[in-house]
Amino acid sequence: MKINPRLLTLILSISLLIIAFLSLFIGAADIPAVDILAALSGTADTSTEIIIIELRLPRVLLGILAGASLGLSGAALQGLLRNPLADPGVIGVSATAGLGAVIAIYFGLSLLFPLSIQILSMGGALLATLILSFISSRDSSVLTLILAGIGISSLSTAAIALTMNFAPNAMSLQDMILWLLGSLENRTMTDISLAGPFIIGGWLIMRGVGQGLDASSLGEDTAHTLGINLKRLRMKVILGSAISVGATVSVCGAIGFVGLVVPHMVRSLIGHAPGHLLVPSALFGSILLTIADLITRIPLGHGQLKLGVVTAFVGSPLFLYIIYKTRGAMR
Amino acid sequence: MTLEARNIHVTIKDNTILKGASLSVPKGKLIGLIGPNGAGKSTLLRAVLGLVDTQSGTISLDTEALSNWTLKQRAKKISYAAQGAPVHWPLDVEHIISLGRIPHLDPWQKISDTDNELIQQAMIKTDTLHLANRLVTTLSGGERACVMLARAIVSEADYLCADEPIASLDPYHQIQVMDILRDLANDDHGVLIVLHDLTLAQRYCDELILLHQGEVLSTGTAEQVLTPDNLDKAYHIRASRWQENGDSFLSPWKISGRPDHR
Repeated sequence: MKINPRLLTLILSISLLIIAFLSLFIGAADIPAVDILAALSGTADTSTEIIIIELRLPRVLLGILAGASLGLSGAALQGLLRNPLADPGVIGVSATAGLGAVIAIYFGLSLLFPLSIQILSMGGALLATLILSFISSRDSSVLTLILAGIGISSLSTAAIALTMNFAPNAMSLQDMILWLLGSLENRTMTDISLAGPFIIGGWLIMRGVGQGLDASSLGEDTAHTLGINLKRLRMKVILGSAISVGATVSVCGAIGFVGLVVPHMVRSLIGHAPGHLLVPSALFGSILLTIADLITRIPLGHGQLKLGVVTAFVGSPLFLYIIYKTRGAMR
Repeated sequence: MTLEARNIHVTIKDNTILKGASLSVPKGKLIGLIGPNGAGKSTLLRAVLGLVDTQSGTISLDTEALSNWTLKQRAKKISYAAQGAPVHWPLDVEHIISLGRIPHLDPWQKISDTDNELIQQAMIKTDTLHLANRLVTTLSGGERACVMLARAIVSEADYLCADEPIASLDPYHQIQVMDILRDLANDDHGVLIVLHDLTLAQRYCDELILLHQGEVLSTGTAEQVLTPDNLDKAYHIRASRWQENGDSFLSPWKISGRPDHR
């Protein structure tokens, strides 16, 4: 049974609001819902306000921004590359952003200047984007893009491994590993004001691509004859997802799998039209990441669950189930 | 009102594909682009659509150079049914046909009632109404070809270019598709199709353009183009011919020589 895309968007928006509020509610300190609302409207006492506005709210907001970027980029890239296996990792952006962060930790820059991880990893994402735009401006095939992305990705992964291999000490190695696992812990409004504009800017670049992606399902030639400027479409999707995902990775670390699985989950609800997948995938990504972040707060014996680990553990079984259910349709 | 290509030269990676080919598609005519494999038919069709870079030559749409038209304006004037009718996602038929309305919609604009009316009409014309809710991946080749024609028709373009619309279809669907194309031409559309079936080409097309090694070998009515000499030179075949109810027909019959491998 298929749901109308607009109805799904409405359902997902309401669910996201509820889950986000739930996420503000759950934490070490027991704060009643009334006080949370008071804190959000700025009328609570100081200690409650600090806990809600400075500790929990950034985490929730970042989860929403990050999840939406990953979901939206995944859906847009799968539509553009006409390939259900595409995700922000495929164009190499996640890996280069990760490399930037690992380098910042390697040289101890993060100790000298706290935002260096974020800045270097955004620089990494930008570099990947520049290489991709350079290659795709000379050749117009999407296959070239995928292959270039894989090349950039492999190179960055190798460089990450090299950096970890020569990590100056065990502490920094552990920092790198923890960072690569992804997290929303201890994020502040500073992180949001640094990454937020890029994340939202990336979404804005991607606005209006739905029609072009729908047309592309008939092949690039036919899309062209339907009046779609393919070069422009490609630029918008690549640049938009690189900027929003790069900024996401720069503050949250590498969060795998959301970009790949979310569009598949939405497809199983509303069908395969790439243009219809964009907004629901963004909302679904936010929901998935917020839930995964809630799971990381479950107290365990020692250590804490990392976000990237949880998204993969929650996402993969669902993904396998959906692939099993829809295996006949993909031919 | 004509879609025209004059003296088109195309070279792709040192391979010269077209050496000064020309064609003209007036409104109200069904034009068949024929020729052996590798003669440059698809390239010429794609050049007319602005899909390949031409080294020289001019393409004009209603007497104005094609390059002076924006992509969107062109899309409203010329529709295209690609070879093999590619669809990359398992979409339902009605949705696929609705994509033909994109030239008339702004990026955020939804399908209107008028659009839906046109979609219904296109489905009736192509006998695809009963397929509306089927996934395209579940269609037979013949059904798929009709759906793609409906998608091309729904854009209300004056000209339709179709690349091998009847390749690998059974005789019923071949005739069905040719009937649809013939009706479109009778309805004052200019229709340009690439095809290999000489029998159907002769029967349905107002005019044929025979391409041979990147050049137009002959152009005119089927009687003028499908002469024994031309068939021998371009295809290296002989045809058998017969008459029925005053119409003449031909069918490829025998190999008459060997292609010279360039």
